[in-house]
Amino acid sequence: MPSVKIKKTSPDNDMTPMVDLAFLILAFFMLATKFKPEEAVEITTPNSVSADAVPEKDVFTVSIDKEGRTFVSVDNPEFRRVLIENINTTRNLGLSPAEMKAYTNAASVGVPFASLKQFLALNADEQKKLKQPGVPVADTTGGELYFWVRDALSAYSGRKLNLLIKADNATKYPAFKNVLNAFKKNDQNKFLLVTEPEDAPSGTPLHETRQKQIDKVK
Amino acid sequence: MASIDAGSDGGGHKKGPGVKKAKKLSTKVDMTPMVDLGFLLITFFIFTTTVAQPTAMKLFMPKDVDKPEDQNKVKESGAFTIMLGKDDQVYYYEGLDPTKLQAIGFKGIRDAILNKKKSTNPEDLVVIIKPTEDATYKNTVDILDEMTIAEIKRYALVDISSDEYQLIKLTEAANGIK
Repeated sequence: MPSVKIKKTSPDNDMTPMVDLAFLILAFFMLATKFKPEEAVEITTPNSVSADAVPEKDVFTVSIDKEGRTFVSVDNPEFRRVLIENINTTRNLGLSPAEMKAYTNAASVGVPFASLKQFLALNADEQKKLKQPGVPVADTTGGELYFWVRDALSAYSGRKLNLLIKADNATKYPAFKNVLNAFKKNDQNKFLLVTEPEDAPSGTPLHETRQKQIDKVK
Repeated sequence: MASIDAGSDGGGHKKGPGVKKAKKLSTKVDMTPMVDLGFLLITFFIFTTTVAQPTAMKLFMPKDVDKPEDQNKVKESGAFTIMLGKDDQVYYYEGLDPTKLQAIGFKGIRDAILNKKKSTNPEDLVVIIKPTEDATYKNTVDILDEMTIAEIKRYALVDISSDEYQLIKLTEAANGIK
C-alpha cells in the first residue's frame, strides 16, 4: 500500500469558549444545589401556597407512599444512634452494636419491629433493593409508629423536634389519619406537611395580602 | 479480482475539462457573540432564580378532649362544613344540618368558602373539614390550602360521622357514582 501521509490540519474552531462555559455551569451547579436525598420510595407531594421552608435540622420525617406504607427517617446521625438505642431497650429487639451502627447509616426505615433486626443485618445495597413493608400504623392507637415517635421525643428530650409528614398525592386519608393519631397519642399536635410550592391564585385574600407585603418592601 | 472500491464513486468528482474551480471560502465562524450571550443568560438566571425547595405547610391540631363540655362550641350561623369524598368530590353544607349538603368540585369550593366568609361575622366563622376514608391526601392538603388562600382563621380537621358518610353515599348513588 503506498504510504499515504495523513494531512495534518489545524482545527477550524477554537473550543476554548465552550469549555469555559461548561466549567462555569458546572461550578454554578456545584455551589447552588445539593444532592437529592436517596429515597427508598417515590413520593410526589401535593402543591400548596405555603411559603415556609422545610427545616433542615432536627427533623423527624414520616413518609407515606401511595399504598399507605409508612417510613421513618431522621436526619441527624447522632440522633439516629440515640434513637435506635432507645428503641432497642424499650422494645427488647436484641440488636447487636453492628446492627445499630448500620441503622445510623440507613436512609429511611419502614419495617415492623419484628423484622428490624433482619433488615439491619443486610448491607446497604440489599436494603435498597428490598421492598420494605412499612412501619405498621394500622390501628387507631397509632401502631408501632407510636413507639418510634415516643422514643424519638425522649432522644430529643427538651429540645424542639420538627415533625414532618411527607405523603404522596394518592395516599388515602386513613393512612394519614393513623399517622396523626400516633403523634396525637404522644401529645404532639403541631406538624409540618411537606409540599411543593405554588403561587397564591389571583383574586384571593391571600394573594392580596402578599401583594401588600411586596408593595411595602418596594 | 473485482474489488469493491466504495471510495472512488463518492470521492472522485472529477470535474470535466473547462470547469473553473470554485473559490474556497472560509467556514470559520466567530463564536464570541454566542459566548457573550451565553454568559449573559447564565448571569441572568443565577440572579433571578432560586432552586425550588419543598415547602412546609403547618398543621396544628387541638388537643383531643373526651369531655363534651370542654370541646369548642360552634355557632350554627358560622359553621361551614366541607366533606371530601372519593374521586375529588367535595360536598359542603352550612350550619349544622347535613341533609342540606351540596356537591361541588375543588374549583367551585373556593368561591363557596369566600362567599361564606363575606356573609359571616369573622368571630363566628369556623370551617369544619371532614375527609372520608375514600379521600386522598392530596384532597386534604388542597382543602387546607384553600383555608390559607381564603385566610380562614379557624378551621378544624375532624372525623366524619357515619350518618354523614351514609348521606354522601346516597348522594353519590343519586348522581350516578362519579
